[in-house]
Amino acid sequence: MCTVCGCSSGNVKIEGQTKDHTHDHSHDHSHDHSHDHHDHSHHDHDHSHDHSHDHTHHHDHSDEHTHDYGQGPAHAHAPGLSQARMVQIEQNILSKNDEYASTNRAFFNERGILALNLVSSPGSGKTTTLCRTITELQDKHVCSVIEGDQQTANDADRIRETGAKAIQVNTGKGCHLDGHMVGHALGSLNPQEGSFVFIENVGNLVCPASFDLGEAHKIVILSVTEGEDKPLKYPDMFHAADLMLLNKVDLLPHIEFDVEKTIENARRVNPGIKVLQISSTTGEGYGDWINWLEATLALATTGHSFKDTAEKQSDVEMSAVAE
Amino acid sequence: MHEMSLCEGILQILESESARQNFTKVKKVALQIGPLSGVEVDALKFSFDVVMKGSLAEDSELIIIDMPATAWCMQCAETVTIKQRYDDCPVCGSAQIQVTAGEELSIKELEVD
Repeated sequence: MCTVCGCSSGNVKIEGQTKDHTHDHSHDHSHDHSHDHHDHSHHDHDHSHDHSHDHTHHHDHSDEHTHDYGQGPAHAHAPGLSQARMVQIEQNILSKNDEYASTNRAFFNERGILALNLVSSPGSGKTTTLCRTITELQDKHVCSVIEGDQQTANDADRIRETGAKAIQVNTGKGCHLDGHMVGHALGSLNPQEGSFVFIENVGNLVCPASFDLGEAHKIVILSVTEGEDKPLKYPDMFHAADLMLLNKVDLLPHIEFDVEKTIENARRVNPGIKVLQISSTTGEGYGDWINWLEATLALATTGHSFKDTAEKQSDVEMSAVAE
Repeated sequence: MHEMSLCEGILQILESESARQNFTKVKKVALQIGPLSGVEVDALKFSFDVVMKGSLAEDSELIIIDMPATAWCMQCAETVTIKQRYDDCPVCGSAQIQVTAGEELSIKELEVD
């Protein structure tokens, strides 16, 4: 694992990228080193200065005292921690990921790109939904896709058959995409201004809920062949999503599935969630879904001047995002 | 198993803090984890030992500070304690509650050398 950027270099594979890693690594390393050195010499300097100045009395003592005070536990801390040297951190564990996610978000905002993070269990029809959605949007809009799976580039291949650009990210042992992987993928994908970027997360209703990728909305897909209580079983995901697509509704006549109950459960976890019923095989409900997408894209592109020259390819340097 | 990635995140923070605050060994790590953070504490403990192996925090002790999950009940106009996100108000049974705390997922403090 690369401990600097957090992605496991041995496992994560982003199509068309192999060498960015060594670069990151050596760069950060040398930086840390020189920084330490600087601190050290600075400290030495202070010390000798103090010494020559206060000559007469045991000023060493008070000096040490203030030093301890600054580092020591001046107030209550966690049970089990002793009076040994304490360091207050108060840092969110996901703060590193959140930094990458905000870089991605800024990237999308600057270019008027609508980025959507699609999450669901495996087999709910994410890729089929994406293929049909892209086919319906293609005449008017540019779409590109970041595909997350543990292994294989099958899904990216399926997306490319629609004519859209797609980048496969294999997470290896990972159960979710993170902000850093998406940043790297954006470097290769180079999405056009004012376009759609769909991020198909790893099929998993647990972990992707916690990892912000910089998207405008998380969209959770639930198929009617799953249980009505899925929103209650996996509340974090349904809480994090802004829209739920209830997929495979063409199967409703053949199975026992209570649509109202499912929507009620989803609203229980997330009162603000919007629900659309669709079938990605028959196209049922796609009118509303496409409307939602176009209205949301209109919001993302509002205020961007490129709207007049929508066909113009973005020539902005992309490497900043994937650094 | 995103607990593994979380531990890698913890290790990154420890490493950058060790350079900034001048320590070389971490002996105890205190985390604040809310019940709505989506973290399985047992899985986190397991991953923690695995991830910290060979690092500055090898064999360090993991201390979990439990945080309560609370919500504001619109009917009672009071803060109540809940267990899950979809709980009704434990006092009046209303579903009109808004989660106010319980999503904490942070490193509080460290004991270091």
